[in-house]
Amino acid sequence: MIENNVREHKPPWVVVLKKLSKNKLGLMGTALILCLIFIAITAPFLEPYSYKEQHIEIMNEPPSLSHFMGTDDFGRDVLSRVIRGARISFVVGVLSVGISVFIGVIVGAIAGFYGGVVDLALTTIADLTWAMPAILIALLLVAIIGTGLESVVVAIGLSYWAQYARLIRGQILSLKSAVFIEATKSLGASDMVILFKHLIPNSIGPVIVAATIGIGNAIVLEATLGFLGMGAQPPTPSWGAMMSNGTAYLFISPWVILFPGLAMMLTVLGFNLFGDALIDLLDVKNKESN
Amino acid sequence: MWIYILRRTLLLIPIFFIISVVVFSLIHLVPGDPIDSLLIPGSTAEDRVELTKAYGLDKSLPVQYCVWLQKFVTGDMGQSIIEKQPVKDMILYNMPFTIRLGVASLFVSFFLGVSLGIISSAAKNTFIDYISMIIALLGVTVPAFWLGLILMLIFSVMLGWFPVSGSGSLKTLFLPAVTVGMGGAGLIARITRVSMLEMYNKEFVLLLYAKGLSRSAIIIKHIFRNALMPVITIFGLRLGWILGGAVTIEIVFSRPGIGSMLLSALYRRDYPVVQASLVFLTMAVIIGAFIADLMYAYADPRVRDVYK
Amino acid sequence: MTFLKVSDLEVEFCVDKKKITPIEQVSFEMKKGEVLGMVGETGSGKSLTAHAIMGLSSLVGGKIRGRVQFGDKDLLSLSEREMQSIRGSQIAFIPQNPMTSLDPVYRVGDQIVEGLYKHRKISKRAAKLKALEIMEKLQIPKANHVFQQYPHQLSGGLKQRIVIAIGLCTSPQLLIADEPTTALDVTVQAQIMRLFLKMTKDKGIGLLLITHDLGVIAQVSDKIAVMYAGNIVEFGPIKTVFNTPHHPYTKALLNCIPTIGMKKGTLDAIYGNVPTVGNYPPGCRYQPRCPDRFAPCGTIVPKMTKLAEDTRVACHKYNGSKD
Repeated sequence: MIENNVREHKPPWVVVLKKLSKNKLGLMGTALILCLIFIAITAPFLEPYSYKEQHIEIMNEPPSLSHFMGTDDFGRDVLSRVIRGARISFVVGVLSVGISVFIGVIVGAIAGFYGGVVDLALTTIADLTWAMPAILIALLLVAIIGTGLESVVVAIGLSYWAQYARLIRGQILSLKSAVFIEATKSLGASDMVILFKHLIPNSIGPVIVAATIGIGNAIVLEATLGFLGMGAQPPTPSWGAMMSNGTAYLFISPWVILFPGLAMMLTVLGFNLFGDALIDLLDVKNKESN
Repeated sequence: MWIYILRRTLLLIPIFFIISVVVFSLIHLVPGDPIDSLLIPGSTAEDRVELTKAYGLDKSLPVQYCVWLQKFVTGDMGQSIIEKQPVKDMILYNMPFTIRLGVASLFVSFFLGVSLGIISSAAKNTFIDYISMIIALLGVTVPAFWLGLILMLIFSVMLGWFPVSGSGSLKTLFLPAVTVGMGGAGLIARITRVSMLEMYNKEFVLLLYAKGLSRSAIIIKHIFRNALMPVITIFGLRLGWILGGAVTIEIVFSRPGIGSMLLSALYRRDYPVVQASLVFLTMAVIIGAFIADLMYAYADPRVRDVYK
Repeated sequence: MTFLKVSDLEVEFCVDKKKITPIEQVSFEMKKGEVLGMVGETGSGKSLTAHAIMGLSSLVGGKIRGRVQFGDKDLLSLSEREMQSIRGSQIAFIPQNPMTSLDPVYRVGDQIVEGLYKHRKISKRAAKLKALEIMEKLQIPKANHVFQQYPHQLSGGLKQRIVIAIGLCTSPQLLIADEPTTALDVTVQAQIMRLFLKMTKDKGIGLLLITHDLGVIAQVSDKIAVMYAGNIVEFGPIKTVFNTPHHPYTKALLNCIPTIGMKKGTLDAIYGNVPTVGNYPPGCRYQPRCPDRFAPCGTIVPKMTKLAEDTRVACHKYNGSKD
């Protein structure tokens, strides 16, 4: 794909944008993500009410003109909380994927670059981690490092690194013997230089695509932890915590869990559609990314 | 073939050791002393030492590990600190529920996923294709617990077709299995579609048409049969991912099972139960992947020959 | 009654919203028991013509136009269902690449009898016997054993013979063979060609033989059709065309065959390449490579001109005679 861009004498992002404009689902995903980012940034201005002020007199009210998404068991406006939750979900998603990618890239690169016993050991660990349900790993980690938003971010980050390690290892293995790497080696470049200046930057493409979809998965995992009472603690308006809280009132005021769930569904859908579009656009072989 | 199966089975032993070490050490990183929850208010320091000794918590970690492992492989998984009953009994009681839910949801994943994948690939770039793929994508993107709650709300509360919770009859299994299965179905559908579309362009398909076979016969008998290989591979690899939903879904539908047992043990820092259930869940995932691998070898004559 | 008469066959595909017609103005006819050799370079549309006759191009999104008269039916006007009962039963096809033309997950025996089950209502046992009989005729050693094997366990030559067996097992009236012997040894090739010939003479089967090997065509064909860039440029009895080729391309093609006793350095090659689909030049498609090109060649598309009974050529040099 890099060669193509050179041939067309256009900056890569122009080519990508042009192709994206033809991909309807990709456009939809992009729009959803942009919406989420916009809401996350401008949350305080968009919220019609305070997200934390309690009004016992309007407890568990169904959606109405004054409260589009109804109110919860403390009389708080669900819409305002969903808006504030967008900010939290987005931050949790991006940060935890950042941690996953960081660990995954280092582990995968070392495994792929050095090979042998190191590779065998790291690959075995990565494969075992990857085979495990992420929720189990995250639950255990949260139990160790404690609940709260920061711990949740770390726990999610540590649960998802394996897929990136697998991806980057494969990429590095196929690049290792490439001519330009051999050339750099013969010029006397150190392992570190080859690894960090040449191999990793040239094999990061599929990782970025997987990470896009990974943000969606991380957001779901945060919500699941929250639902199990092992995530962000109330009164933090994380979507997961809101739904966990709403479960008790499921039959009385289903809107309390319905709307955060729908918001999350659209968000995750956005990241998935965008990631799928990237796979098509960048022609990345990445079928197992989720 | 048998040698291959034997070799793969033997490989499960070191994997078991790795898992047991990891699980054991992670558990002991969990802050908080389970003894705290056992002490009755007003008990003395001596009581504490005695209790610690009784549970073997005074020895060094490696020693504790060896003792635990030795007992574990002989079937003695210790005593639940909170429930005061053998962990083995708790596992034996809860295991069938989780197996039932797991098998049922894998069933849903596979058949729903494969059907969606076949339909959308056969109707590529039509309205039907888009609808099926949106369903598949929703399956992947919707959090399982939320889907479970919504399904419960619609089918149990509003329509009254299924019981809200419980674990007795097949009827109680339906909603949980569909909930867990949806995620897997989405994944399988997407992979089936890609794999099928790749097969449509294979040269051997031309000869099948030239033989006068109908399109549907070609799709089901030949294209799907060939497209199945990558699907089985991914199915095996992502088994754990598909079953991950089961842990939360047991909570949503208040079903007994290893998942809900693990969670309540985790809340109460009941080490022996957490350890045993984690090792069981993990081994279940690994063995599932192993079975999928064998199925793969069985389904593809080329792979079968490699292992001969 | 006509056996096979193809008139003005045209296939149109849509690629990136652009319409391309890789084959156009393809007309020829065959009699019962006749062997028609179709030659042309790679990319000249030979295989596509074969697919179009069998109605296979429509399955991959192409539009087929023109007329394919087979017996008393126009194949192009039949429904897909009706075509299915003809495909593999009355018209059989032997595809070009035996290495990738078999389904990798089924035993080859099952793949041979699959068509038999579908078209002839016979028992499993009878089908197997029939298949084994064909396999033995095709000189497949240990046919009983090969019947049980998977494609990846067989050599290229064996796979090719399996593919041929698939085509022959239903005793079709017309056999379309696309480079059927490329993967075989010369000796086996000759045996199989002999079998083809015997079948056409004994059972009155028509054989449409597609190849780029003029030597094979010279030995077995009754008639020859020369294809260039999606058109048939010359059609006629094998002797006439080989002895007195008319179209400059046919002449050039025949000059490319080395013969024993030839002087060193006198073997000709045709200048340039076959234009790719969508990049056909205006007028006659051979015109940029043609040594005899003159005024109308660059602008007017030459039509097929009848030179004699059964002999036609599409070249402006011969246009004045009739038309």
